[in-house]
Amino acid sequence: MAEENWVSVAKRSAINPGDVLGVRLGEREIALYNLDGEIYATDNLCTHAFALLSQGWLDGETIECPLHGGRFEVKTGKGLGPPINDDLKTYPVRVIGDDVQIRFE
Amino acid sequence: MNGTARHILIVGAGHAGGVAAATLRQAGFAGAVTLIGSEPYPPHERPPLSKELLAGAIPVEKTFLKPLAFYAENGIAFRPGETATAIDRAARRVELANGETVPYDLLLLTTGARARRLALPGADDRRVVYLRDIRDSLALRERLTGGPRIVVVGAGFIGLEAAAVARKRGAAVTVVEVQPAPLQRVCPTEIGDFMAALHRRNGVELRTGVALTAIEPDGDAVVLRTADGNAIAADVVLAGIGAQPNIELAQAAGLAVEDGVVTDEFGRTNDPHVFAAGDVTRHYNPLLGRKLRLEAWQNAQNQAIAVAKVMAGGDQPYAEVPWFWTDQYDVNLQIAGAPERWGTLVWRGGTGDKAFTVFGIEDGRPVAAITMNNGRDMRPARELIARRRTVDLARLADPKVKLQDLARES
Repeated sequence: MAEENWVSVAKRSAINPGDVLGVRLGEREIALYNLDGEIYATDNLCTHAFALLSQGWLDGETIECPLHGGRFEVKTGKGLGPPINDDLKTYPVRVIGDDVQIRFE
Repeated sequence: MNGTARHILIVGAGHAGGVAAATLRQAGFAGAVTLIGSEPYPPHERPPLSKELLAGAIPVEKTFLKPLAFYAENGIAFRPGETATAIDRAARRVELANGETVPYDLLLLTTGARARRLALPGADDRRVVYLRDIRDSLALRERLTGGPRIVVVGAGFIGLEAAAVARKRGAAVTVVEVQPAPLQRVCPTEIGDFMAALHRRNGVELRTGVALTAIEPDGDAVVLRTADGNAIAADVVLAGIGAQPNIELAQAAGLAVEDGVVTDEFGRTNDPHVFAAGDVTRHYNPLLGRKLRLEAWQNAQNQAIAVAKVMAGGDQPYAEVPWFWTDQYDVNLQIAGAPERWGTLVWRGGTGDKAFTVFGIEDGRPVAAITMNNGRDMRPARELIARRRTVDLARLADPKVKLQDLARES
């Protein structure tokens, strides 16, 4: 994959284990999660209604939407039942030094 | 007892009915499933009807629980536009308006609720409308174009949500509420006042403590007369004064009814072959230790799941802390619990903050909570309420103490 597709989105040190951080890149809203030291990235907008998942509840490897309680698996983006019909987009992540980078398609 | 059921008939194809049909299949029920509903649409969620659908932000299909094809693909005989007119419990069959009878082994009533009608002289005027189903929402959306004067009667969830959408669409909005503040059926006064200020900031003329006496036609518009002698002109009047359960079928069939079809925590009525779920039920909640009727997404969804599983042979009750939400302008308000009154309040933050949480306390125990733009607190708040234990109120009031830590203590 071409090097220019990786985009620095946050500082690794800004995301503590068990935390979720929302970042904005142009039009895109991205959520970054620290699951036991591993960083994961998904779209930050819930697929059900306009809400930022980064303002929600990270429970183990599940993020719960703060608006209506919809839940997703952080690692796969899979929606875990109603009100969620559509899965969440996930992004590849790499950490270079203190730089968290994600790759867009 | 349900292992031998061959045909489950669901009457009412709203949110609860649709969820129940899908759940029966997920739970492995192999018999026939028939889903009958009066509305022309497949089962759908109602929250967007007074928000995104009314605003024109989403198409109708976005409210559907499942695409129409789902039902046939899953062996569910979905019959929209059909209305049940009677239940013959002895013969175990339901009569339809078209004269047909449909037999059942088990019957699930998910007949929902309807908008309570305004009981005022002149309230039958064609400019007085309600907001309950998709057709209501689409019709009201149409009427909101061109900057009309709309008067909303009732500052509950539906009225306030519609008022917020109407303001965004450029209507001149007046909300008339007989109580001294909005949302008094579900919130403490402080929260009602907070919501009142929100609406006034957004250009709504909110008149609280005002009772209406009559609606009179006035050319292309109407005039609402108030008990204090004033007149309010309106091109459209939206009455949002609550809902009443569609109990008539059950009542005529001799099922137990008390402002709702009476069920236990498994959705069982007093007839072992008849169950009920959703808005129409007055159901026993073992967490609260009392019966209650709810008009809410959570109840339509999760009670229907629980009852369908019981009908498919399961044995788990429906026992959740009631939960409601509303979205108005840039505010998301969520409520957990259904307290009969808000006693002592414990605040985490206050109404001057952008986001805050408040707990209602009875006998040292959290029994209800409200989050304002603070949905992250809702999950641990519900856990705290479900525990039904006393908490250290000083720590509860300290925003530095995490709610999830409190939920694990004591």
